[in-house]
Amino acid sequence: MIFEPEWECMPRDELKALQFFRLKKQIRRVYENVEPYRKKMDEAGIKPEDIKSLEDVRHLPFTTKDDFRENYPYGLFAVPMEKIVRIHSSSGTTGKPTVVGYTKRDLDTWSSLTARVLAAGGVKAKDVVQIAFGYGLFTGGFGLHYGVEKIGASVIPVSSGQTKRQLMIMKDYGTTAIVCTPSYALHIAEVMEETGISPDELSLRVGLFGAEPWTESMRQEIEKRLGIDATDNYGLSEVMGPGVSGECIEAKSGLHVFEDHFLVEVINPETGEVLPEGEWGELVITTLTKEGLPLIRYRTRDITKLYYEECPCGRTFIKMTKPSGRTDDMIIVRGVNIFPSQVEEALLEIEGVAPHFQIVIDRKGYLDELEVWVEASEKLFFDSMRKQKELLDRITEHLSQALGVKVAVKLVEPKTLERTTGKAKRVIDKRDLPKYVPSKYLEEK
Amino acid sequence: MKVEQISVFLENKAGRLAEVAKILGENGINIRALSLADTTDFGILRLIVDDRAKAKEVLKQAGFTVGITEVIAVEVDDQPGGLAKVLTTLADNGLNVEYMYAFVEKSRDKAVLIFKFENLDKAIDVLTKAGITILPGEKVYNL
Repeated sequence: MIFEPEWECMPRDELKALQFFRLKKQIRRVYENVEPYRKKMDEAGIKPEDIKSLEDVRHLPFTTKDDFRENYPYGLFAVPMEKIVRIHSSSGTTGKPTVVGYTKRDLDTWSSLTARVLAAGGVKAKDVVQIAFGYGLFTGGFGLHYGVEKIGASVIPVSSGQTKRQLMIMKDYGTTAIVCTPSYALHIAEVMEETGISPDELSLRVGLFGAEPWTESMRQEIEKRLGIDATDNYGLSEVMGPGVSGECIEAKSGLHVFEDHFLVEVINPETGEVLPEGEWGELVITTLTKEGLPLIRYRTRDITKLYYEECPCGRTFIKMTKPSGRTDDMIIVRGVNIFPSQVEEALLEIEGVAPHFQIVIDRKGYLDELEVWVEASEKLFFDSMRKQKELLDRITEHLSQALGVKVAVKLVEPKTLERTTGKAKRVIDKRDLPKYVPSKYLEEK
Repeated sequence: MKVEQISVFLENKAGRLAEVAKILGENGINIRALSLADTTDFGILRLIVDDRAKAKEVLKQAGFTVGITEVIAVEVDDQPGGLAKVLTTLADNGLNVEYMYAFVEKSRDKAVLIFKFENLDKAIDVLTKAGITILPGEKVYNL
């Protein structure tokens, strides 16, 4: 089903005309209302009237996460606070989080966009949709919640965690669609096997997964083990949240970018040069309709490629491949974004010294496990086991709080952590995603 | 009255304790007593050695995290009830033992108990008043 065919199936030339019209309007608005944008554009010597075609967008300066930090909390908003009806923000509690604001119309747009994602993934009005994304400042839960209501399906806002309860609800309430991270879907499958629940006892039909990178082989495994059709969707809180792009159930190849609301480019992350269609690079997004927090050429740091192909679903929007990697050192653990610098800051707060550390991520079963290995310096070492354990507990608690995800802390001997050319290697990711799926699941397919 | 003890952080993996013993041996350092507290991930090795300054130096050079802590050494008769008498005295005075370990003297019928307390001075005071022998550091290092 296509939720808004009049937009999603527009002829490409009309779409381009619409994008240009909206872009012009958006740029004039931010130039007039958002001082940091005006300053940047003035510095670059470019005025709104210099944008004479869609391609001219490349002359505008980029916006980055640093702009959010410098203008924390509301400096990038384009409307007075009385027009803002909702605030969300990023998870980081060390350093400054990014704060995003929505007007009433933004929320309406957002729910239409997540409704598009849901419809593309096979959700219909008669469906019962269980949302196992966190509700709260994280955009995942609320974002898709209102999309479900907009489609007219029933939403069960379970939020994340408590897998056995999720399963009880799924079974008793007749859930037909599940929304969560792909790794959590596999965890659910595992708990089903442990507790002897077969997919036949459930009414699940489709699953919409996002908030972390995953692979084709994971899709096959999820589909097989839960007996559903699984689709991917993408978004980021700075730009809106979920609802930037989504896969259609017909093709399951690439995510349709909702181009009537977002102008996308792929750039060479080192030079900033715009790359032609089909080339891998960093995704850059300009919002075309957002009122509260418009973004001009926001660098997502996600690596992907854009390509156009005629799609059996009938949508005319360009597609992006599943994001594969980042241009910065951000890692995603259980849907939570983590920067190594957050770990460093949190450790610094404990003893006033930042010891050498390494972040080790692994998948035990189907859930990511995050370990922080800390070198036991003299300041962190005690002759008494009680004191040693107290310190370890304190570090564990502090890191878990700061990162918003459970952390296991391990003390290691000095100079045992791998260093590359004298510099500490901060992250060891053992989740070699393509390799991690047991081959038996692929052969049987 | 206090004795200096060396503590070493050890990861719980094969060969780490052997490495410490080897380094000490190669540098002519004699171990008087030792104890190892361990968890699944790591251990804390505590040592009384004859030359603690040198022990600390060579272990640090080899990349170990080393600490020096003050403990006290109590001498008791090497016979049944020797340890109980000391512990009862401590308990009666509300003194909590952080950790302890013991060894037997080679040449005499005596055992030496190494104690760590939160408040060492109070422990020394209590034990001395109860007529229990506390060995000075120099004596322990050269036993």
